[in-house]
Amino acid sequence: MAEVLSKGVLLAFLSVALGLSAMAKAEGVGDFVQPSSKAASVENCVEPTEYMRRNHFELIRHQRDETVYGGIRGAKHSLSGCVSCHVGYDSQGTPLEIDAEGQFCSSCHDYAAVEMNCFDCHATVPKGEAWNHEVAAVHAHPTGAAPLAATSAER
Amino acid sequence: MKRIVYREWLVEPQRYWGLLAMLAGVIAVGGLSALYMEHEGHWVTGMTNSVVWGTPHVFAVFLIIAASGALNVASIGTVFDKTAYKPLARLSGLLAVALLVGGLLVLVLDLGRPDRLLVAMTTYNFSSIFAWNIFLYSGFAAIVIGYLWTMAERKGNHLQKPVGTFAFLWRLALTTGTGSIFGFLVGREAYDTAILAPLFVVMSFAYGLAIYMLVLFYAFDADGRPIGPAMLKRLKNLLGLFVAAVLYFTLVYHLTKLYGAKNSDIEAFLLINGGLYTALFWVGWVLIGGLIPLGIIYHPELNKQRDWIATASALVVAGGLAAMYVIIIGSQAYPQEMFPGHSVIQFGAPGDVGGRVAPYSPSFPELLLGLGGVGVALLITAVGIRVLQFLPESLADRDVDPHASARHA
Amino acid sequence: MKNESEPTNQGRRDFLGAAAGLTAAAVAPGMMLHTVDSEAAAPTGGVSDAHRWGLLVDTSKCADGCTACVDACDQENGLNLQSQPLGDDELKWQNQRATWIRKVKLQDNLTGQVTNLPLMCQHCEHPPCVDVCPTGASFKRADGIVMVDRHTCIGCRYCMMACPYKARSFIHEQVDQKLTRAPRGKGCVESCNLCAHRLDTGDISTACADACSAEGHQALVFGDLKDPTGPLRQALAKKPNRQIRQDLGLNTGVRYAGI
Repeated sequence: MAEVLSKGVLLAFLSVALGLSAMAKAEGVGDFVQPSSKAASVENCVEPTEYMRRNHFELIRHQRDETVYGGIRGAKHSLSGCVSCHVGYDSQGTPLEIDAEGQFCSSCHDYAAVEMNCFDCHATVPKGEAWNHEVAAVHAHPTGAAPLAATSAER
Repeated sequence: MKRIVYREWLVEPQRYWGLLAMLAGVIAVGGLSALYMEHEGHWVTGMTNSVVWGTPHVFAVFLIIAASGALNVASIGTVFDKTAYKPLARLSGLLAVALLVGGLLVLVLDLGRPDRLLVAMTTYNFSSIFAWNIFLYSGFAAIVIGYLWTMAERKGNHLQKPVGTFAFLWRLALTTGTGSIFGFLVGREAYDTAILAPLFVVMSFAYGLAIYMLVLFYAFDADGRPIGPAMLKRLKNLLGLFVAAVLYFTLVYHLTKLYGAKNSDIEAFLLINGGLYTALFWVGWVLIGGLIPLGIIYHPELNKQRDWIATASALVVAGGLAAMYVIIIGSQAYPQEMFPGHSVIQFGAPGDVGGRVAPYSPSFPELLLGLGGVGVALLITAVGIRVLQFLPESLADRDVDPHASARHA
Repeated sequence: MKNESEPTNQGRRDFLGAAAGLTAAAVAPGMMLHTVDSEAAAPTGGVSDAHRWGLLVDTSKCADGCTACVDACDQENGLNLQSQPLGDDELKWQNQRATWIRKVKLQDNLTGQVTNLPLMCQHCEHPPCVDVCPTGASFKRADGIVMVDRHTCIGCRYCMMACPYKARSFIHEQVDQKLTRAPRGKGCVESCNLCAHRLDTGDISTACADACSAEGHQALVFGDLKDPTGPLRQALAKKPNRQIRQDLGLNTGVRYAGI
């Protein structure tokens, strides 16, 4: 009887301790946005943060097909948008690979133990994306070109 | 007629486990090779943008067509009611599934992204012969397993004929499909002919039967089961017929190509000045895989000895691999003719290949992956006959077909 | 144990959700001006079958020894970022690296006349590569551009077997350096996409044609095959031209004059 009781107490202690540690971890979870990234200076992601945490891949995948088959680029949910906003920078201002250890994508994916394939092929730092932005505006034919938003794209 | 009794393979444990260990070793090495190629990328193989399918495909296609050919023995018994072939049917079905699994494994492990196999299984483009083949292959495995069930289970016996007939038709479709993978490629001179489909069908007859006979001889030898001379004669005559048919279709294939003047260059390449590919064609495909086995099979003395018939079977298998090498790799090495009447004197950067024969030398990982597939097929067969009743107790003539032995007596 | 932590977990989620909601509400007025989406480029219009993009190559203007189009393509599509794997043979590597456009030099067997031309994906109306692809990864966009959806490409290379123009490349090695506009990864097949990223942003041009003009050769005219008054149709009307392997009836989007 006493043994059962002491086991129960132990169990209770353990669960409280675990609960606490879970809470401590929980606070850490939100901190994957890199302070040096553009995202840190923005109030919100393209959708509410909580929604993005759970559903970002659905959005990216949907946009992926829009881009590949429909040629719609530079849209709200494009992967290149994710990278350019969430990429961190070192003290020299050099972008850090977004899938590198401790950076935005991988730190959460490591924590959640979810495999990530995007960067097998996609650029991990904004690189040469300028075509969608500034250079395109210069190059575009004066007539018939869609009005392009001038932006401060990297490079 | 005597009831046919099937027994598990009763080879001594040391021999059985030794065989299994050896095959497991071959498979492990093949698996490691696949992992290595996967990790490094295909640059470690001999494959390039010119020769895009290499040695793994030689093995994979060979195993897949041999799989459908191995089922023939069962079909002859069930579909064409040749009683003498009935005892051979179970092993035939097992071997068909085993060879198919081995071949498909090699094919899948050579993909650029084998991790996306699920994509291949869920996203189909029905204008692709390749997509159809995915159905043909998986359907074949399912049907043959069902076919085996009708043979083994008394309750299913009455279904044996319809299921067996369906399996037979399906295997014809399968090999036609495999041949069509190559036959419908308009951009390459050596392919682009519908005769590749029937050529592949007769090749499957020959290679499947040759492998079947080798496995049968080995398994029966190992635990001392008898094979009667009439049975031996029946099998070797069948093999002779199939090998002759392969040679005939090979002849027609080249005649078709030779008749059109535009194909004279590819024919000269394959038949006269293609170096290794020409040698493999004449020595491998025609001589080793065709004429020598025929010589043995129709030799009045040699064709009564099991060892010589086994040798003929082994030569057919070797010739088959050579034929696959010529069909798959030789045809890719030959330059695609885009500019008739012109010579290509420069094609991109210096190592980039166009307008001349593309170099290809198989790398070890490719070869080991291919052999791994063979290992898988043999392992499945070995385990299958050991744990289940696939092998008839005896193929002695009086047990198989009493009328036949009565005639001989 | 799991039961114990579950409510905590749920509580955490609710808390975070509420917090996010509160934050959103608090900053809602300012958020409109401050979300990422206002900073990104406007989404582009999308592909339509009102256009069919194509090229005319005037081989008489294509200069011997000039590789401007090839170099421009390499730059534009990040092909120059590929690196030869350590230990790979130099010549073999040239046959393994991705190449979207190559200079081809021909000699007439009868007259000995030499012709230069760039060869790339011909953007067929009836592309064999699309027919054979088991997963449908090889596809033709509404505007006629033939390309590979590398998200569903399994790397079987059947399209490379089927292509009559040797236009496609398989990525044989690990790729470390890539451009945002030109993703690239080991184990997939790719080929010329007529600089789709330019077209999608409303820039009616390709790197190769631009480079050829910049060199002063004007051997490449890019444009819309469906626009009777456009530069491409005008150029096609002026010069007799044909398709490579016209016998196959693929109705290519790339046409050649002078072969």
